[in-house]
Amino acid sequence: MSLLPRFRGRQLVIALPYAWLLLFFLIPFLIVLKISLSESVLAIPPYSQMLSFADNQLQLLLNFNNYLFLLSDSLYIQSYLQSLQVASVSTLLCLLIGYPLAWAIVHSRPSTRNMLLMLVILPSWTSFLIRVYAWMGILGNNGFLNNVLLALGMIDSPLQILNTNTAVYIGIVYAYLPFMVLPLYTALMRLDYSLVEAAADLGARPWKTLLTVIIPLTRGGMIAGAMLVFIPAVGEFVIPELLGGPDTLLIGRVLWQEFFNNRDWPVAAAVASIMLLLLMVPIMWFHHSQRKELEGRP
Amino acid sequence: MPDNTHNQDPLAGKATPEAFLEIQGLSKLFDGYAAVDDVSLTIRRGEIFALLGASGCGKSTLLRLLAGFERPDQGQILLDGHDIAAVAPYDRPINMMFQSYALFPHMTVEANIAFGLKQEGLPKAEIAERVGEMLRLVQMTDYARRKPHQLSGGQRQRVALARSLAKKPKLLLLDEPMGALDKKLREEMQLELVNIIEQVGVTCVMVTHDQEEAMTMAGRIAIMDKGRLIQVGKPLDIYEYPNCRYSAEFIGSVNLFDGVVARDEPDTCLVSCPELEHPVLVNHGQSVAEGQAVTIAIRPEKLQLCDQDLPQDDNWLSGEVEDVAYLGSLSVYHIRLASGKRIMATLPNRHRSHKGNPTWGERVSLRWEADSCAVLQD
Repeated sequence: MSLLPRFRGRQLVIALPYAWLLLFFLIPFLIVLKISLSESVLAIPPYSQMLSFADNQLQLLLNFNNYLFLLSDSLYIQSYLQSLQVASVSTLLCLLIGYPLAWAIVHSRPSTRNMLLMLVILPSWTSFLIRVYAWMGILGNNGFLNNVLLALGMIDSPLQILNTNTAVYIGIVYAYLPFMVLPLYTALMRLDYSLVEAAADLGARPWKTLLTVIIPLTRGGMIAGAMLVFIPAVGEFVIPELLGGPDTLLIGRVLWQEFFNNRDWPVAAAVASIMLLLLMVPIMWFHHSQRKELEGRP
Repeated sequence: MPDNTHNQDPLAGKATPEAFLEIQGLSKLFDGYAAVDDVSLTIRRGEIFALLGASGCGKSTLLRLLAGFERPDQGQILLDGHDIAAVAPYDRPINMMFQSYALFPHMTVEANIAFGLKQEGLPKAEIAERVGEMLRLVQMTDYARRKPHQLSGGQRQRVALARSLAKKPKLLLLDEPMGALDKKLREEMQLELVNIIEQVGVTCVMVTHDQEEAMTMAGRIAIMDKGRLIQVGKPLDIYEYPNCRYSAEFIGSVNLFDGVVARDEPDTCLVSCPELEHPVLVNHGQSVAEGQAVTIAIRPEKLQLCDQDLPQDDNWLSGEVEDVAYLGSLSVYHIRLASGKRIMATLPNRHRSHKGNPTWGERVSLRWEADSCAVLQD
């Protein structure tokens, strides 16, 4: 009898997060999917019902026009591609900046290590929006960066950085870098440094050791960091909206416009559904590679 | 005493043994503290040499200096006539077997052994041939495709050894080679490792804190303490002729008596110790002066049981058995002397019963040979 409550407690611990995901992820997603298969109408809510009952007939209406519309209009394909491109390049930049950064933190003295790690996390404690606004102040034509460069005489006229894709990249890399650094830090901390010494002992030069030993053994951290940057970056809205220019057409922005400007909920829902579908690919790959890594190590 | 059949020095007959590895005045400081302090050492070609010491004595730092993971603050390391102190680890013809083995977990056994050869840019066929040869040497051919985590501790050690021998290094370094194995496997692997190393003929420096391991495996031993070499010699020399208290106490058990040289003659010297009723006569060469304070060291197994007090006036003692520890093949007797000093004596258990061996509270007399004790001058 005494086993029963414990057993129930264990089930509860597992059931609670699943209930949470069901309630706040799966059901909303199904609602979005449902809306994407309806027609836009002038009503409240502004879409047609999927099920209708008239003349003793239950009618199920599945409208695929929204999806066909997305495929036929190059605007959407363009913005999907641009989103994927911005997210990929930002992820790569985060990796290139984050890896040496994480390495340096791991190899600093233990007393300074925690402080350096705090410095990486600290910006996340202030509002995301304020930090993006701060970048507007830095990158603007009359902003801090241009003023410094002008004062130093390095440029004659202000550089147009704000409202370009460059500003979007700067913003995304800045905002998501901690999400790259933390998993890399963990992976590099876990790395057995006698393996690095063993590689050197066997004649591998530093860069060869990096490629054949250090990178393969920290792959898990690299993939985890890449996912944490890539997935939110694909749907990022605030940064391109505030820092990007008129030619920065990312899917998050298109989604917003479709939803709030055009008030076309079904098309907006279709845009969101396809974005999720696109993100499933790297998530599945991540899952697969993690399972492989678990098999590789007992 | 452990088996020491391979302790015979192959170069003993030569007048000037060939110095293959020469360490001269080597020092390494960590935060102002000398981990290795002015060490000079000569190691011969083909020799298995052990650095023995307690943890923190600097033996591992010395090994890391040889491997190139640490740069010396002072001194030279001459390998086959070339100073390698400033050479990077990846350019040294030296390979190391790590204490944790440091096998690459993402590579198969084959790939681990091939790693060093690939760095040399050898042709594929040659690498494959050499890997096969190494796998046969350590009898791991059947496990070539396994990953390290699929191997037992002993198998991992074989792979680590094969990997460190694959490049035919001039010098092989072993860091606590048996540290990760359990006792039973340890004894087995000690002799096997020596066989493989001697088969290959590589000069080898090993680090260990286990005196039995050092005595079993090495031809010569250096005892280290506080970054300095205390004594260098063959296992027998170090055990039988310790040159100081530290080395006498570090290897095996020993009874120590403080005394003063009472009489000094060409071949013998007589030492009187306040803790002993009778003086100690030592008959092997000692350069001591009369009146000098020395320490007499007698190993517990050198003491022999006598039935009654002896007529002679030196080299014997008597006392009361205070404690007996039965260890199977022998028993350790803790004996309290009249002076209050407690000493240890080990006696073999020749009979199944305790017949003939003293027991608790019994008064015993013990004697020793004039050449079986050592005079320590520090």
